[in-house]
Amino acid sequence: MISLSKKAGIRTATKAASPAARIIRVEPSRGWVYLKLGELWEYRELLYFLTWRDIKVRYKQTLLGVGWAVIQPFFTMVVFSLFFGKLARMPSDGIPYPVFTFTALVPWTFFSNGLNQASNSLVGSANLITKVYFPRLTIPIASVLVGAVDFVFSFLILICMMLYFGIVPTINILWLPLLLTLVVIISLGVSLWLSALNVQFRDVRYVIPFLTQLWLFATPIAYPSSLLHEPWRTLYGINPMAGVVEGFRWALLGAKTAPGPIIIVSSSVAFLVLVSGALYFRRMEKTFADIV
Amino acid sequence: MGDVAIRVEGICKKYRIGRAEQNYRTLRDTIRDAFASPFRKAGRLLRRRGPSKPARNDEIWALKDVCFDVTAGEVMGVIGRNGAGKSTLLKILSRITSPTSGYAEIRGRVGSLLEVGTGFHAELTGRENIYLNGAILGMARTEIRQKFDEIVAFSEVEKFVDTPVKHYSSGMYLRLAFAVAAHLEPEILIVDEVLAVGDARFQKKCLNKMEDAGHRGRTVLFVSHNMPAVTRLCRRAILLEGGNLKTEGLSHKVVGEYLNSGHQNAAVREWIDQSKAPGNDIARLRAIRVRTADGKIAETFNISDTFAIEMEYDVLEPGCQLMAWHHFFNDEGIRLFESHDTDKAWLGRKRPAGRYVSTVWIYGDLMAEGIVYVSTGLTRLHPTERLLHERDAVVFQVVDSDGNSPTRGDWPGAMEGAVRPFLRWTTRLNQDTGKTLV
Repeated sequence: MISLSKKAGIRTATKAASPAARIIRVEPSRGWVYLKLGELWEYRELLYFLTWRDIKVRYKQTLLGVGWAVIQPFFTMVVFSLFFGKLARMPSDGIPYPVFTFTALVPWTFFSNGLNQASNSLVGSANLITKVYFPRLTIPIASVLVGAVDFVFSFLILICMMLYFGIVPTINILWLPLLLTLVVIISLGVSLWLSALNVQFRDVRYVIPFLTQLWLFATPIAYPSSLLHEPWRTLYGINPMAGVVEGFRWALLGAKTAPGPIIIVSSSVAFLVLVSGALYFRRMEKTFADIV
Repeated sequence: MGDVAIRVEGICKKYRIGRAEQNYRTLRDTIRDAFASPFRKAGRLLRRRGPSKPARNDEIWALKDVCFDVTAGEVMGVIGRNGAGKSTLLKILSRITSPTSGYAEIRGRVGSLLEVGTGFHAELTGRENIYLNGAILGMARTEIRQKFDEIVAFSEVEKFVDTPVKHYSSGMYLRLAFAVAAHLEPEILIVDEVLAVGDARFQKKCLNKMEDAGHRGRTVLFVSHNMPAVTRLCRRAILLEGGNLKTEGLSHKVVGEYLNSGHQNAAVREWIDQSKAPGNDIARLRAIRVRTADGKIAETFNISDTFAIEMEYDVLEPGCQLMAWHHFFNDEGIRLFESHDTDKAWLGRKRPAGRYVSTVWIYGDLMAEGIVYVSTGLTRLHPTERLLHERDAVVFQVVDSDGNSPTRGDWPGAMEGAVRPFLRWTTRLNQDTGKTLV
């Protein structure tokens, strides 16, 4: 009968209210907004859990699980080696063709899978977006980060191939972490644009396969960028993945291509894409719940 | 009291409902609009209409100029019919969507439960979902770990905590989902109708948890269709109607206004066409009504009110001995009691054909608070045959709005039980025992 008192003794540890309670102001959104990266940091655990969920679900639901991480770039490498390497005799900067193309496919696969997953991520999380508040940026970011697991596995295959072909990395390998950061920045930037656009224009879903296919051939994966003369070669860096791919080859395989200028151009473009993508995303964010 | 926890100032929210099925735009729409708009603008200039847009009929205002305050530590109810704007209001206060104009100020950490089990994933185990769902609701990982055992115990799914939730029954799933939500401890809690889940016993548990939250001085904004819960949990309430704030005040008054403004009255059922009425060739039900002591049709009664259930039926075949009856169920589906026609004038008598009206009087201080469903029927005796049985024929609601029911004695709190009869008590002091005991 007495529901007032019967629970009183059970739980005592109520979270202490923060001394100066924050005031949240809910207002109409107008114009451009701040990125609110601090808030994103507050929700870092959610980012961790969303990433963790996607990884877990993926390996629970698929038969081959981790195998897919390897199959996709590996078979692309086999096909490229046969047609471009053997038949077309494509130059490969003096590096055995299979390892030349696979080194490029490892970051490329991370990028293209991230793009695919992230662009649909907001629409796929409609149930979350319409029911709970959290920084929406966490959703596409988590989708991109999920690819890190696949990246690790395909990178292991790459190491095996380097051992097989007897390639010893140079001191330039120290640049690898920065190149990794660059590929994450590019993937995120493009994903933010596409995922936010996809909420409003469902056409994006149909554009993505087409886009990644074109982009694959627009990036020096099956061929070296050294086929171009300056200044065109440096301008090639406007495709930010060109800088990443050439950078990977240079850092890991010791390709004597001196891709510095390309990487600088690519990094600038990547940074621009990321900042503009984040701004566009934030601007559209408040309408997601209404139109998703 | 004193500090304002939530201040809502002139909030409006406009939705476009032009294309009912798709809210998002396709590229085609945008391109078409882009081409069309210069011409439209030019046309408007030529006709000297000025820059003002013509009124669009595909826009609806889900909320119009809503203002109210919630003081810290208060449990405020939000009621209204479907489409009145309750959910939109909660979505704006939860920052899921932004208002078209106006603003709200919220002081403190907000937790909102617009749905239980948001983000649950069928492939993950109960344990994994507790962590995931907790994080989505805004709990820190350490906080979840600390409360983990308590959450599992509350949900009563201990044995299956490492089973993927796709193998759970729907009841287990909801219990687990609610258990996580119930352990959210923000300063301000926004709750939408989540108590309408699970079996009756679990619902009760959840209501107690809510009541508990109120007593701990947490600010709660609570949307519900369960009027007894609103009057019990909330001191004040607001009533929304068509996007406008209609009434704000003490919850029992607001609830009373809401229930009596209804057009869709659950307290009356009438069958105009005899051939479609429940029954058979011997007798047919024509109407059933719930009336107050002075004869008005009503669906809400104060717990101390006397009221009547009136049943109108046609006897088509003369010479049968008939008995009218009602079964009374509460919203947990428990049969509270049943009552049969006891009018001595007709006991043991064969009835001539004609239209009959049987009225049963239910005295005050008998029912408990809550919604009561009445199943009604007519049975022929000798030989016994059920002629008609209309389940949930009428529904009415008993509220203890002023808390003055004599059944309470001196007790101001909640009273449980399927019925709450007013029984005679006597208490006497044995003379002189005071001296021997002290």
